[in-house]
Amino acid sequence: MASYQSLDIKRRSASTSTPPVVRSTALEVAKLIDVSKCIGCKACQAACLEWNNLKEEIGVNTGVYDNPHDLTPNSWTLMRFTEWDNPDTGDFEWLIRKDGCMHCADPGCLKACPAPGAIVQYTNGIVDFVSENCIGCAYCVKGCPFNIPRISQVDRKAYKCTLCSDRVAVGQGPACAKACPTAAIMFGTKDDMKEQADRRITDLKSRGFSNAGLYDPQGVGGTHVMYVLHHLDKPEIYAGLPKDPQISPLVSAWKGGAKLFALGAIAFAAVGAFFHHTIVGPNKVSETDEENAADLAEEGAQAAPTPETRAL
Amino acid sequence: MTNAWGDIKHTDLVVVMGGNAAEAHPCGFKWVTEAKANRGAKLIVVDPRFTRTASVADFYCPIRPGTDIAFLGGVINYLLSNDKIQHDYVKAFTNASYLVKPEFGWSEGLFTGYNEEKRDYDKSSWDYQLDEQGYAKVDDTLQDPRCVFQLMKQHFAVYTPEMVEKICGSPKDKFLKVAQMISECSTPTKTMTSMYALGWTQHSKGAQNIRGMAMIQLLLGNIGVRGGGMNALRGHSNIQGLTDLGLLSNMLPGYMNLPVEKEVDFNAYMSTRGFKPLRPGQTSFWQNYKKFFVSFQKSMWGDKATAENNWAFDWLPKLDVTYDILRTFELMNQGKITGYFCQGFNPLMTFPNRGKITSGLSKLKFLVTMDPLDTETSRFWENHGEFNDVNSADIQTEVFQLPTSCFAEDEGSIVNSGRWLQWHNAAVSPPGEAKSDVWIMAGLHLRIKELYLKEGGAFPDPIVNLRWPYAIPEEPAAEELARENNGQALADVTDPTDPTKVLVQKGKLLDSFAQMKDDGSTAGFCWIYAGSYTEAGNQMARRDTWDPGDTGLAPKWAWAWPANRRILYNRASSDKNGKPWDPSRKLVYWTGERWGGYDVPDYGPTVKPEQSVGPFIMNPEGVARLFTRGMMRDGPFPSHYEPFEAPVANAIAPKIKGNPAARIFKADLEALGSADKFPYVATSYRLTEHFHQWTKHVWVNAALQPEFFVEISEELAKEKGIVKGGWVRVWSNRGSIKAKAVVTKRIRPLMVDGKPTHVVGIPQHWGFMGRAKKGHNPNSLTPFVGDANIETPEYKAFLVNIEPTSGPATS
Repeated sequence: MASYQSLDIKRRSASTSTPPVVRSTALEVAKLIDVSKCIGCKACQAACLEWNNLKEEIGVNTGVYDNPHDLTPNSWTLMRFTEWDNPDTGDFEWLIRKDGCMHCADPGCLKACPAPGAIVQYTNGIVDFVSENCIGCAYCVKGCPFNIPRISQVDRKAYKCTLCSDRVAVGQGPACAKACPTAAIMFGTKDDMKEQADRRITDLKSRGFSNAGLYDPQGVGGTHVMYVLHHLDKPEIYAGLPKDPQISPLVSAWKGGAKLFALGAIAFAAVGAFFHHTIVGPNKVSETDEENAADLAEEGAQAAPTPETRAL
Repeated sequence: MTNAWGDIKHTDLVVVMGGNAAEAHPCGFKWVTEAKANRGAKLIVVDPRFTRTASVADFYCPIRPGTDIAFLGGVINYLLSNDKIQHDYVKAFTNASYLVKPEFGWSEGLFTGYNEEKRDYDKSSWDYQLDEQGYAKVDDTLQDPRCVFQLMKQHFAVYTPEMVEKICGSPKDKFLKVAQMISECSTPTKTMTSMYALGWTQHSKGAQNIRGMAMIQLLLGNIGVRGGGMNALRGHSNIQGLTDLGLLSNMLPGYMNLPVEKEVDFNAYMSTRGFKPLRPGQTSFWQNYKKFFVSFQKSMWGDKATAENNWAFDWLPKLDVTYDILRTFELMNQGKITGYFCQGFNPLMTFPNRGKITSGLSKLKFLVTMDPLDTETSRFWENHGEFNDVNSADIQTEVFQLPTSCFAEDEGSIVNSGRWLQWHNAAVSPPGEAKSDVWIMAGLHLRIKELYLKEGGAFPDPIVNLRWPYAIPEEPAAEELARENNGQALADVTDPTDPTKVLVQKGKLLDSFAQMKDDGSTAGFCWIYAGSYTEAGNQMARRDTWDPGDTGLAPKWAWAWPANRRILYNRASSDKNGKPWDPSRKLVYWTGERWGGYDVPDYGPTVKPEQSVGPFIMNPEGVARLFTRGMMRDGPFPSHYEPFEAPVANAIAPKIKGNPAARIFKADLEALGSADKFPYVATSYRLTEHFHQWTKHVWVNAALQPEFFVEISEELAKEKGIVKGGWVRVWSNRGSIKAKAVVTKRIRPLMVDGKPTHVVGIPQHWGFMGRAKKGHNPNSLTPFVGDANIETPEYKAFLVNIEPTSGPATS
């Protein structure tokens, strides 16, 4: 999905080296989602589907306004609606949060990814998936403290919000921010977005939201998607936004000591495989495997159109 | 809208009641977020449901559907009894001081002059006391018991906070908080804006709902000022243009009226349109009526409309009754209408009591639909299982389905809520065989004309003499039509004070309606559009964002009627002496020589303040009407009436059922349900993911809100054993539907007269055509009764019952 022809890569998954940075002026960008200005209109969802040429399934109603019901390989952003009775004021609040990739400064997905170059982080902070390098192992799903990436059953690749890296590369903001009618989604340099957030927080405090604040969790080094929340002290009420997100210790271990150990294990496995081949013979693809693959391909053809049909 | 979208950013308080701006007008709602972010404005939402607008509001107050007048009456009572009004404004700019006839009165829910049999009033007592010269008598002290101000006090005294709570189910403390926040805007430097939509219009007393708030805005001095006004959010992208051009059965373009049967000739028609000023020295602008009317007739029939034939007055239809949609379908059911042209309309889904619509369409000989989409109405004869359970073999109606282009496929102007005419170009060509509506109508006209010319007929004159001056007669161009709307000089137009001075040469386009004449020397199809397309070019296509004073009015962006005026009654933004009420929000003020400022004055540009000409120049009084005289069918003041289907009796007039002046046909009266069988109050509405029944044809919108549902409280769900996401059946005395249940905290039972009252919310967007899941629609249930004045159906308040059920059999 990545379009990094004019963006500089800062980090690259499963790689010891990073391509040299030609320019060194890249500012960190950020998307600011002001939950207190969001009216839940889903224009961001529509814009995301349209800009990225994605086709979401026409589902059903399950008794809530959230549609689709979760992030999917085609829906990279989603409005999540929470009905909450505020115990302090006795007032009812309808909390609406646009969910999607947070573009962490310290991205758990990238750390967990074993495929060289399948996940990159640009110098401007955007974390992007490079589909042609993705092996569909879903380690990124485990590595993400926000439960964002989704694996396509069609091509076994991981998908998530790109922060419209293709648009940002040519000086545009993300499609969702462009479509947002109330400017609840803003895009700019991270510093500018923090300043903007300060003004909004002052306003919210003046309206009685004494715990209003900016969600920019430091457990993942800060994020390049930030929220203005009326209740920063309770982020979990916004459809389970984690209070103190951390990269899973398993991922840290995997990238630390376990990596060396694993390298040894891989070597051992290779030796084992060699003996297996010489003694038992090569692995065969069974008929069931072939059928499953054919079914998946067919479903895929129905669910997700080819680029040619999308253009119609 | 009296004001403009961009002006909302200047307000201090936004009241969204009778609408759901964030949900239904998300793009316009940005101006509310601007006002909140930059001015610290507050937002109040009063609605039966905690809406998307409520989710970003500072204060939310619930209300029972159909009881808005009681709530607004309560606010009026609060303002008057706590003396929270802008005195100077009320005294100088409203009819508060006018004396009303002694015989006028109100008792037991009725004004004087009621005729029960006709369901109508003799309105002769609803008027001012006049002096010998025919001027209204006034009492500037506002103390005379017959002055409008005192009558108002008396009329609204019944709406105490306790009564509001009893009728509306709005908790007293919440109502008082709303009233108090509103009352803060009675100072000249604080303004409130009212944003409303179909939540107020779609009631049997919709027009009076709006009157209620208009009166509050006048008491607060908020009409004609920046950040104030009565702002109707138009629901359909060119519904403002539709009303401007008179596309209602009883209207002509520019808010002129079609003659009625008793107006047998032109003189009789004009005799009631003198608009003599009701106060000395007042401007009464409608005195120009004849100029606009004659120019319209010249635009219609050109040289064939002459002084000798009274400008072809006899060629206009004369109404016996109004042919609103309800009457039209009633007549279809009676077999009296046998052919129907349905253009850009989907009656099967959008008109009330679907059963009656289906039976009406089934009795037609022919139905023509003109629409960009494959609508349910076009397919009313087709069986779609539970979703359209008809027997096609029984239906003999011949249906002609004509595909038309949509707005993105043709050029022209669209008028927004703020009266801005914005020109747009075609982005793509229409698909397949789709043609523009103009092409279809021109083809019809030319063929019918040919038949008349060939075969004669009872009355061929209006058709064969119609002026048709287009370069391609088969498809008049949008620009040609726009120039015709604007108007042109048919002979040299000279200055009335100096006949040697030519203002507009023969054949040239007019600059403004001030140049229109009643002697046949000008033509103009829609006088309020004069100035939109002049010799200087297409003003609607202007795209200059220049905005002096950061008013949000952008006077060189597109063009607003009338006369590019962005805020109506803007003279009222300054006090009697011409000084702005709020120096930080100047709009139009007296410069010493003339009226200047940021907007085109809605006033004589050089009329001095000491001449005391009122700012409301469209009224012969020159002031705004707190008391409407005989202008409205159901009373000169708004009064609380229950919806035709209500869970309780009228608390202030127990004998009155519904709005006593609203028309209801016999069979529809019999089809009303009662609270013992239908104990729950239902209301219908729109969701932001969809636009009417259009966007269910679009994949993305269908994915974002795929399936029909109804919304109920957790309490009602528990009582009825309904589970979130489960199927329910909802039925009224007219029909039954199935839906998924959204069980929510956003709807809560209301305590009405001490009894818990449940509300069932039913969104509007599903049907049996398009990409979204097939579904039902609230209009299988809604009652066939309309507003007393304009017959907008009562979609917003009716009675239903509900139970859990199994899902529909899907085909």
